Amino acid sequence: MSLPDVLAGIIFLALNAYALLGGADFGGGVWDLMARGPRKERQRELIADAIGPVWEANHVWLILAVVLLFTAFPPAFARLGTLLHIPLSLVLIGIVLRGSAFTFWRYGSHGDEEQRHWGVTFAVASLITPLLLGTTAGAIAAGAVGDGGATREGFYGTYVAPWLTPFTLSVGLFALIAFAFLAAVYLTFEASERELREDFRRRALGAGVALFVAAALALFLSRAHAPLVRDALIFAAWAVPLHLLTGAAALAALAALWFRRWRLARVAAAAQVSLILWGWALSQHPYILPPDLTIAAAAAPAVTLRLALGALALGAVVLLPSLYYLFRVFKGSRRPVVPHDA
Amino acid sequence: MPDLLAARSQMGVSLAFHIVFAVIGIAMPLMMVVAERRWQVTGHAIYLDLAKRWAKGTAILFAVGAVSGTVLSFELGLLWPGFMQFAGAIIGMPFSLEGFAFFTEAIFLGIYLYGWDRISRRAHLWAGVAVAVSGAASGVFVVIANAWMNAPTGFDLVTGQAVNVDPIAAMGNAAALSQTLHMTLAAYAATGFAVAGIHASLLLKDPANAFHRRALGIALLVGGPAAVLQPISGDLSARHLAVHQPVKLAAAEALFRTRAGAPLSLGGWPDMAARQTRFAVEIPYGLSLLAFHDPRAEVLGLDAVSPDEWPNVPAVHLSFQVMVALGTYLAVVALWAGCLAWRRADLAHQRWLMRAIALATPLGFLAVEAGWMVTELGRQPWVIYGVLKTRDAVTPMPGLVVPFLTFTLLYCFLGVIVVWLLYRQIIRSPAVPEWRGFYMPGGGKRDAGGQA
Repeated sequence: MSLPDVLAGIIFLALNAYALLGGADFGGGVWDLMARGPRKERQRELIADAIGPVWEANHVWLILAVVLLFTAFPPAFARLGTLLHIPLSLVLIGIVLRGSAFTFWRYGSHGDEEQRHWGVTFAVASLITPLLLGTTAGAIAAGAVGDGGATREGFYGTYVAPWLTPFTLSVGLFALIAFAFLAAVYLTFEASERELREDFRRRALGAGVALFVAAALALFLSRAHAPLVRDALIFAAWAVPLHLLTGAAALAALAALWFRRWRLARVAAAAQVSLILWGWALSQHPYILPPDLTIAAAAAPAVTLRLALGALALGAVVLLPSLYYLFRVFKGSRRPVVPHDA
Repeated sequence: MPDLLAARSQMGVSLAFHIVFAVIGIAMPLMMVVAERRWQVTGHAIYLDLAKRWAKGTAILFAVGAVSGTVLSFELGLLWPGFMQFAGAIIGMPFSLEGFAFFTEAIFLGIYLYGWDRISRRAHLWAGVAVAVSGAASGVFVVIANAWMNAPTGFDLVTGQAVNVDPIAAMGNAAALSQTLHMTLAAYAATGFAVAGIHASLLLKDPANAFHRRALGIALLVGGPAAVLQPISGDLSARHLAVHQPVKLAAAEALFRTRAGAPLSLGGWPDMAARQTRFAVEIPYGLSLLAFHDPRAEVLGLDAVSPDEWPNVPAVHLSFQVMVALGTYLAVVALWAGCLAWRRADLAHQRWLMRAIALATPLGFLAVEAGWMVTELGRQPWVIYGVLKTRDAVTPMPGLVVPFLTFTLLYCFLGVIVVWLLYRQIIRSPAVPEWRGFYMPGGGKRDAGGQA
């Protein structure tokens, strides 16, 4: 495994962490928007309580992935920024609105009308951002961020058409459902009241089934739009074992939810989403931006990569114990659902 | 609006917006930790209330800083792909380190904000210290990256490509020390005086209010020394500019002709047609003294390079004058307060001092903005000084005025909300009648929990 491959793997690992942690925070926003029934307000409190202490840290995984990407693979970053300018700008607006709305909602005085407006802003931004993030990922997988050369014409053809296809949108939908699924599964574990836990169990089971449907849809559409990724997902040597593992994780997650094994459900759901992500990464290897830009070709000089790796090691020494501490303090055990203030 | 101008404007608005929150994210945690420490030592609940209130403010501002910082990290590629393609490998290092520092800050801020009753007092205080230290570190790393754009090093330029890349040498660029020092001090001075100013204006109405008196004390402790030291670090910056970025210094000083024994121009307006600065007060030999510590030294003027490599001289000159004037004002007020405190005067009853501090509330931030105008506008037309022109770095995508207007509107909206929220949650509320009973010594018997 070459040095550029190692760096690319680490960047993808950061994205994986972002999907599992930041993604679940987005998913929390989706369930906030869809809060229903007699325990509506308590559902919202549980979501806000679960997100509050960790969401800033969860968000930084994305920043880490971005800075590592432009350090280690500058041409890939430049091309992404140019060709996916529009969806990435929209993702940013979503991130800005979601992050600030959550804080304004959290720190305003509770219960009044305008607080609810922030809650709605937070929730709607939580819906749109994952859709666009997924669309962006779909565009990369489909090879839309390749060197299209003269085949692209006009503003629409160059800056819109490549990422706005049925396939990319289906990946967006998939991302949204995956995040919502993760959030619901985590919330079953974090809720301390039986009724709330059952609320989110039902939601998690529903989202888990929807995830299958969305995956099938994306796979079907990939035939026409992302043949490179699709072929690898079907014919590569690793394909069958990976699919078996992913399927096993998915079934384990649903079964654990069914039998109310909350801790197991959390692990299995996280494994399922991670395996799907790594399936994508493997399917487009050795390309960082298919169909033409390889990881090796986009890589910065070796000295930069070695230093980045050194910085990562140093950073990990500080970060991993800190993260462990953060999650031990706030996520280690169930806690009573009380509207507490910071 | 031309695309290049739109891209520059969007970047400018994003930076100008983000920097306010970045600066607060550096200095505010220090104040909150000092307040918490005083609470732990003295047992006065009023300090606990202060720490919690400032923590709440930090939480709101940090959140906006985090998302606007995310926008910036993407905008590097969205607006300046040419710059990132060239510079990513050379200067990505400090950005990566900044990523880690920021990560640490976010983790411990979460622990600090939500951990009041979950971890021990000692652990809680240390979490606050970790926030303050990593906040300052992330600022330093980002400014190092900017310093490299002003004094690029750590690579060889061969037919427009960077070869022999040395990221460590790039981080040790000639502008790094003076810029990081200047910016870090600016963060403490601006935030300290903003907080001090708010409490000073409230003390003008109610000089005996113990809450505001203690808040003022801590804010001045953080902002005052930084404001006094800032002119010294400014001198370091000026001397760096004179050697490494002479065009920027010439624009800042509106010095059109290269000359020995150059005077220092105060104020005035650069007449671009006549190539001279009108209506300025000139201090003979002043600029040579400042730039080289030698009254006869030769200072390069704008005529050292061709006019198509000049920045916008009036804008840079004006920004520079504003920054220096405001910085001087803060330093003088800090010295004034320091002298009175030395003589053990009761600062809160010094009405003129309180007025002067109240006036300073926005000035530190204005100075920070003006300072960034000097360094960013003063580098134009280069994005990497002497290496890459800004116009060659911009994205080929047309219609950039649309994202520019969108993000500007978004930031205006957010700015209004943040100010309103801070006013309602942090600034206005301590005036609640409960604190009226606490006068300077001996307060803090009552429980402050109700405010948290």
